[in-house]
Amino acid sequence: MTGLERINSVFARARAERRAVFMPYHAMGYPDRAQTLAIVQTLGEHGAELFEIGIPHSDPLADGPTIQTATYTALTQGTTVKDCLAMVRELRAAGMEQPFCAMTYYNPLFAYGVQRFVDDAVAAGVDGLIVPDLPPEEAEELEAACRAAGLATIYLLAPTSTDERIRAVAAHSTGFIYLVSVTGITGARTELPPDLADFVARVRRHTGLPLAVGFGIGTGEQAAAVAGIADGVIVGSALVKAAAGSDGVERVAALSDELARGAHTSRPG
Amino acid sequence: MDCANIMYDSHRSQTRKLESLPMNDQSVQQAKINYTAWPDESGHFGPYGGKFVPETLMPALDELEEVYLKSKHDKEFQAELDGLLRTFVGRPTPITYARRLTEHFGGARIYIKREDLAHTGAHKINNALGQALLMKRKMAKTRIVAETGAGQHGVATATAAAMLGIECVVYMGTVDMARQEPNVYRMRLLGTEVRGVESGSKTLKDAINDAIRDWVTNVRSTHYLLGSALGPHPYPTMVRDFQSVIGREALRQMLDPQDGPGRLPDAIVACVGGGSNAIGIFHPFLEYDTVRLIGVEAGGRGIEGGEHAARFADPKLGRLGVLQGTKSYVMQDDDGQIALTHSISAGLDYASVGPEHAWLRDQGRTEYTYATDDAALEGVKLLSRLEGIIPALESAHAVAHLVTLAPQMGKDEVILVNLSGRGDKDLGTIMKELGTL
Repeated sequence: MTGLERINSVFARARAERRAVFMPYHAMGYPDRAQTLAIVQTLGEHGAELFEIGIPHSDPLADGPTIQTATYTALTQGTTVKDCLAMVRELRAAGMEQPFCAMTYYNPLFAYGVQRFVDDAVAAGVDGLIVPDLPPEEAEELEAACRAAGLATIYLLAPTSTDERIRAVAAHSTGFIYLVSVTGITGARTELPPDLADFVARVRRHTGLPLAVGFGIGTGEQAAAVAGIADGVIVGSALVKAAAGSDGVERVAALSDELARGAHTSRPG
Repeated sequence: MDCANIMYDSHRSQTRKLESLPMNDQSVQQAKINYTAWPDESGHFGPYGGKFVPETLMPALDELEEVYLKSKHDKEFQAELDGLLRTFVGRPTPITYARRLTEHFGGARIYIKREDLAHTGAHKINNALGQALLMKRKMAKTRIVAETGAGQHGVATATAAAMLGIECVVYMGTVDMARQEPNVYRMRLLGTEVRGVESGSKTLKDAINDAIRDWVTNVRSTHYLLGSALGPHPYPTMVRDFQSVIGREALRQMLDPQDGPGRLPDAIVACVGGGSNAIGIFHPFLEYDTVRLIGVEAGGRGIEGGEHAARFADPKLGRLGVLQGTKSYVMQDDDGQIALTHSISAGLDYASVGPEHAWLRDQGRTEYTYATDDAALEGVKLLSRLEGIIPALESAHAVAHLVTLAPQMGKDEVILVNLSGRGDKDLGTIMKELGTL
């Protein structure tokens, strides 16, 4: 099975069960290497069905303070692209079977070498790629390498995306599309934007791909609200915040349970 | 996007011309390069440039490109901008013959393009006013965000915003705020909100990150007034075009025996951080093959230790990469993390360089060298004492290169230096470095 097929099967199962997929993000290397492995495994035992594996970058311009701080911490401890892939390999060896989508800015991937990164990522057990500062217009080389290797190329859409862009981005996306809930950067927010349902519906008119919503989701209640309209619930900053400190793993487990319950709320009809 | 087609037609026909030439005749193809016809339709200068930004910003970049290209052919807009450049900025800025500096080196005759005499004390106002006016007249936006390193772009933006009545927020690294304190106060006096940036190296790069984050969040109401020939398309091209007024004036002035030597210069020298003053003076001269175009990067404490911002000079750190929306030379480690840079001048202290510079360098049309912090300080002293002009630390890097260049050239030859800004803002740093005089 290719990475793309593994991702597809997760969404197909959730769709059949009339629920959404809980998709946590973790900043690899935060708060340290050992904790990273413990946190990702804990998330996997508490309802996570698909992961975003954050590879740290020095200049995360789409990220808010929580993930900026986490990735900065990871980098100061010497976390490299290679380490992140090695951690994926260890998690696979430990028996984790959920799809992993590597999420990184373009420069670390470009510096590593596009083809070499795709080869090593597949070998480590990565199933898809999310590169928030790489629109499809600039992604020809990466897309070709991913297609050949069976990796999903997941692009983002935003509330500002025009219908024309929605069609174009959908045509290049495989696995799912990442819908940015707000015009803004990552970070937990107290309320979901009021126009989120309209935005999701607008994208639905142009594509049959699963739609996962991220940015600003941090509670079970918000996860349930998103699950009512979308196929996936992405949570990053709230979990990264919970991961800090000596009881990080326990706090992540509790929040993960809450978020997964929200995401798994049965959909009407 | 009719105007986009108008603009890019010249490039397309150029490409066709090249393709129809016999493939084995390299020299003919070389001579046919039309430097001024770039970027291509997608905003690339060969392998450089492009748009590497979050999806949220893509529609805003498309809108900006459309509005900007239309404005190039909008006579009313251009007339208003020209009028403001004349009556508010004080353009044209003169060129000054540097008689004593020329005698000091005993080589080429040196002329100075006096961007230090533009309102707010640097070339930055040319672009700030252009973009602010574009937003005011052509876009349904009400707020400006900008980044600043030395504070010159911040002051220029704050000035344009005050004059046009636009709300303005400027992001500035706290390290830069400390070393350019007078400019922080100036911006606040002009009614702009200055937000200190505490992340990363607390300098220009980090200020750009936060300005982009603000823009992503407020993109529906806010224009990002980027200050150098950097960032995602159309910024490198738009900023270049607004700054090309420097080169257009200089070309006219150099050829006019009243204003200048009555001939083309043999070399033009400009400092290069992001590269907006350099591309502004270079661009109108690109087609004149006899004019050497020399950019001077910040050599900091020397290339060996890595404490510099000489992207082209350090093969270990300066490599092709993507930073803040554009592909160009980027100072980075082996893992693609952006390297911390150092320069005595905040305005040159940046890890990447405008994509058009990288491309022109590949074509062999422009060349780049560097000057260290110490050399720049010597440049400040030289120009102050011999010509009565206190240069900005950024511009002093260009002056510093004259020490090498001018004596190598004959007395019948001519150098034009772009003095991008004046040194008042740097007095604190200069006093600390040079001590009691």
